[in-house]
Amino acid sequence: MRARRGASVGALAVVALAAGCGGEARESLTAVSWGGSYARAVTLGYIEPFMAETGIEVRLEDYNGGLAQVRAQVESGSVHWDVVDLEIADAVSGCDEGLLERIDPGMLSPAPDGTPAVDDFLPETLLECSVGTLFYSTVYAYNDERVPGEKPATIEDFFDLERFPGRRGMRRTPVVNLEFALMADGVPVEAVYDVLDAPEGVERAFRKLDTVKDQVVWWEAGAQPPQMLADGEVVMTTAYNGRIFNAQVLEGQPLVIVWDGQVLDTGQLGIVAGTPNLEAALAFVRFATSARSMAAVSGYIAYSPVRGSGLPLVGTHVETGVDMNPHMPTHPDNGARVLTNDWLWWSDHMDAMNERFSAWLAE
Amino acid sequence: MNGAGLRAAGLVLPLAAFIAVTFALPLGTMLVRSVYDPTVAEAMPETLTRLGEWDGAGMPDEVVYSRAAAELARATEQGTLGQVASRINRVRSGLRSLLVRTPRQLRDSPAGPRREALLAIDERWGDPETWHAIRTAGDPLTARHYLHALDLDRARDGSIVQRPAEERVYLRLFARTFAVGLAVTVLCMLLGYPIAYLIAHASARNARWLLAFVLVPFWTSLLVRTTSWIVLLQTQGVVNDLLVTVGLVADDGRLALVHNMTGTLVAMTHILLPFMVLPLYSVMRGIPSRQMAAAASLGAGFFQAFRRVYWPQTVPGVGAGSLLVFILAIGYYITPALVGGQSGQLISNFIAYHMQTSLNWGLAGALGGILLASVAALYVVYDRVVGVEGIRLG
Repeated sequence: MRARRGASVGALAVVALAAGCGGEARESLTAVSWGGSYARAVTLGYIEPFMAETGIEVRLEDYNGGLAQVRAQVESGSVHWDVVDLEIADAVSGCDEGLLERIDPGMLSPAPDGTPAVDDFLPETLLECSVGTLFYSTVYAYNDERVPGEKPATIEDFFDLERFPGRRGMRRTPVVNLEFALMADGVPVEAVYDVLDAPEGVERAFRKLDTVKDQVVWWEAGAQPPQMLADGEVVMTTAYNGRIFNAQVLEGQPLVIVWDGQVLDTGQLGIVAGTPNLEAALAFVRFATSARSMAAVSGYIAYSPVRGSGLPLVGTHVETGVDMNPHMPTHPDNGARVLTNDWLWWSDHMDAMNERFSAWLAE
Repeated sequence: MNGAGLRAAGLVLPLAAFIAVTFALPLGTMLVRSVYDPTVAEAMPETLTRLGEWDGAGMPDEVVYSRAAAELARATEQGTLGQVASRINRVRSGLRSLLVRTPRQLRDSPAGPRREALLAIDERWGDPETWHAIRTAGDPLTARHYLHALDLDRARDGSIVQRPAEERVYLRLFARTFAVGLAVTVLCMLLGYPIAYLIAHASARNARWLLAFVLVPFWTSLLVRTTSWIVLLQTQGVVNDLLVTVGLVADDGRLALVHNMTGTLVAMTHILLPFMVLPLYSVMRGIPSRQMAAAASLGAGFFQAFRRVYWPQTVPGVGAGSLLVFILAIGYYITPALVGGQSGQLISNFIAYHMQTSLNWGLAGALGGILLASVAALYVVYDRVVGVEGIRLG
């Protein structure tokens, strides 16, 4: 009896072991991204193809940016996020603080014609701990049906409550809003960050924001602005260009993007320091940042590749057949003024500006 | 200690340990963080020692520069440079990128005096303000987070001055937090007193029902109750729809009832109401309803009877309920975050911001410390005026 029981326990253990091995054989990764139509684009653009090609399972989680969760995981030693889609300022400070793994650009996939990755990525899109995936842009948009007569066309018009009365949507952060304010106040694109470097420049930006403050509805998640425009909650709102594109093309909303004064950013993929799935995470980053993957994402949402070899691969929208090129933030017709977000300036001044912004909001 | 005493102590031990681990320890850690941060001091000890002898006016001497260069290079190797830079950047905004790139650029610079090398990298290395910032951040034991939390700053000569007007955030937030706490307490008191009276003096069967109306929301998830208020109060929500249908409000003039102070007050009052009703109910139940009748028979009108007979006996309940509601209200976080908009944010939302986003735990600790101290002060005052032993919670 005792022997039999021993044997059955042994058998159970073997079964458990085999099951455990089975679990190991199917590796899995947790990728974290921004939700909504963007998450759908990366799922169809490279996550599903990656799973099909490698057999590694990728779970996608949503977040709203920031490094708090990454920091908590790294500091407590229980890392359960592997790859994170980061804003560039977070990618820089995450790297400085040792929250992200360093990524050797040599392991990235070369361009289709064999050009090494380092020469193929556009300037300032490859960082020490993260790899650029796309250009996105913060623009402002309006609902064509709710702006009768003259249409807004410049960044100045966003701040012009006399010619275009009505509520404005803006993201609840100083980032990009200070830049918009200065451009609308007549600062040339190339001088925006020089002006912000001086306290008077910051003051000037806030005084410009003052002019619209009591008309502003603040948003936080990227999915909110198209909704606010559709509901008529605001007349115009700042937004990510891809989200507006999706509302225009997939939902047929009468939304119009004003490209003038757009602020261009790059999205970055980083790997959380100390992940137990480093190999798989690196393979994922390599796959996701190939020219083909970037072009695939831009077949679902209007964000441009950050590799020279990716740009010519941009074609039509997969579901509707719309030509994506004119909708890309980097398209030459899109805006007389294009400002590239200076992440270095922001990594220096984020804390001070946030405090200043909170004080200004509470005034 | 005898056997029974030991056994009793043994029974209390798990609870004591639980409180120590889940309450005293985290609280203590945060309070320590609010005054103590050795990050910079540990990374740049030699530089800081030499900086201590610097007169603070001109540029420091070459020894400071060479030690700083060596210690920044070491911090890079150890991977602590980012943390050091972010600490110094909080004292003087803009230094983060300078500190992070300096060691990298120094590696490529020719040998020779480090002062020239650093000045060649960036002229800010010649600015006394930069070195003041490093010296300030290098002080491991510091009151600067508390000064910051009170919108104060320490001037060069060591005197304490107010921050510039556009940087003053926290005093206004504390004031708003206490005002909201007080308003919610008064609203709960006005709404809760009649409810508690009704329950306490209803028949046993009705009292059960009425109590259920108080307790069921109390047992419902906080998030559910808060988000329900959003559904009810939003511009296209139930309340506005109703007002428009009835004709009290025009369709294009819908009221802003949520994402502002109104939303915060409504939702917080609703959520904290049971904390007022239950202590009131417990003291009122102990007051025989015949007392009011007796007072009336002796010639007192309702108000006089209420004021001189009933009310004085409910004061401990009012005190306990108010104290509870006020203390919970000033620490409230989820509800203002969801329904507060920009004008309904309270100090706890900023503590959360510094914990989660800016990662400035020292400042978060100081803000929390001030909140804790004010609650403690309130408790002492309450004890002097009303007496804590009168508190009954149910």
